Amino acid sequence: MSFDTPDDRRYLESHEWALETDGVIRVGISDFAQDELGDVVFVELPDEGESVAQEEEFGVIESIKAVSDLYAPVGGEVVAINEELFDAPELVNDDPFGEGWMLEIEGADETELENLLSADEYEDQIA
Amino acid sequence: MPLQTPPLRGIHDERGAKFTEFGGWDMPVEFDSIQAEHRAVREDVGIFDVSHMGQIHVTGPDAATLMQRLTSNDVSRLGVGDSQYATITDEEGVIIDDTVIYRLPDEAGHPTYLFVPNAGTDEATHERWISYRNEWDLEATIDNQTDEYAMFAVQGPNASDLLEQVADGSPTALSRFEAAYATVADTECWTARTGYTGEDGFELIVPRSAAETVWSRFDCQPCGLGARDTLRIEAGLLLAGQDFDAESDPRTPYEAGIGFTVDLDTEFVGRDALAAAEEAGVEEQLVGFQLIDRGVPRHGYDITNTEGRVVGTVTSGTMSPTLEKPIGLGYVPVEYADPGTTLQVVVRGQSKKARVETTPFIETE
Repeated sequence: MSFDTPDDRRYLESHEWALETDGVIRVGISDFAQDELGDVVFVELPDEGESVAQEEEFGVIESIKAVSDLYAPVGGEVVAINEELFDAPELVNDDPFGEGWMLEIEGADETELENLLSADEYEDQIA
Repeated sequence: MPLQTPPLRGIHDERGAKFTEFGGWDMPVEFDSIQAEHRAVREDVGIFDVSHMGQIHVTGPDAATLMQRLTSNDVSRLGVGDSQYATITDEEGVIIDDTVIYRLPDEAGHPTYLFVPNAGTDEATHERWISYRNEWDLEATIDNQTDEYAMFAVQGPNASDLLEQVADGSPTALSRFEAAYATVADTECWTARTGYTGEDGFELIVPRSAAETVWSRFDCQPCGLGARDTLRIEAGLLLAGQDFDAESDPRTPYEAGIGFTVDLDTEFVGRDALAAAEEAGVEEQLVGFQLIDRGVPRHGYDITNTEGRVVGTVTSGTMSPTLEKPIGLGYVPVEYADPGTTLQVVVRGQSKKARVETTPFIETE
């Protein structure tokens, strides 16, 4: 099976992605990860204004069969969360790189972003 | 120990199934999506490979006596083609396993039974039967035929229509808990109107060599153990090793809410302990609950009262695909067991409000 791995963003080994737009880093999980989890039924996210550190847990995602921690690909302040996921967690399955996004983080150190995997490197990891 | 593989492992793999270890078997957990498979069974029809279930065949002059003394229900009530849900208990009345017993056509003039222990327990159960047969000096032949058969469950409101199309022998005329041989793809299959989903449906015990041919005749949604689990929780049905476990969470049938499987007018291992337990009444019992706050209850989570004192444990939990609400089962003291009682479930350190519900959670059939 092949999975989408857009090359406009970078990836953590634990399957989160990070997409930078004008200094704001949007975070979600990969197509591979949503497929592995199966039907997502619950997402727990931090509050806006909280700080997260790179590779620190920021939340929890639950599918019918499994519970998984979510890790921040970069550190910084959480400036937005996708509240739509509380009522429609299936967006993570339907559109993991778009409507299924989870957080927006500001104030990240640029080197943290550079240290993440490229799309090619991430594809190698899940191959 | 290497995992046992169902006869259709390769077919499931080609179909894109994901697998999981269950009871020592490598079984398909999901083919497409647990929710899609669950919906197919509630609204249409789905087929499950349940070849990990055991099959033990008992016949001979004392077969009926042996079955009566080792299971909790009244086996003497079974005519040929009848089946019965029963528990296997130890001397203390603790559930070792639950099982369905089928009475097959007589062999050599003797009552003949096939019963279905849970995954991974067939060898221990086979040994238990042999050991008691020898101790009681009974004449019965006991064969563990688990490796000789595949078992499929065809479940859902349209299961009967589908079976009608593929089987000879009118198995769809069977009543609930009746069984008979039916022919599917030129293969004689023991076909029972039983199931584990809360829906109408049939279970077929199929010679292993014909497993692929029979399976492929059913043109419907293949379903994995993931959907089987969400379906059975909604139906309030128990999962061995989770909702009862003789080692880690010993429970009597009364505590587990399946006291109807116990007939105290029969003599069986555990009978006297259960008579005393029935007389004394239970202190704890299995209840269904719904989580009111957001979260998903899981096996092993604490249940507390509203003051935060731990009073029980979640044995099974999931997000119900039909109700779209988090539901679960767990043991609590009887004073907390009435429907409507408010409790809490501790989900990763946070107390979530829960309410005791009547089971089954959904109306089926």
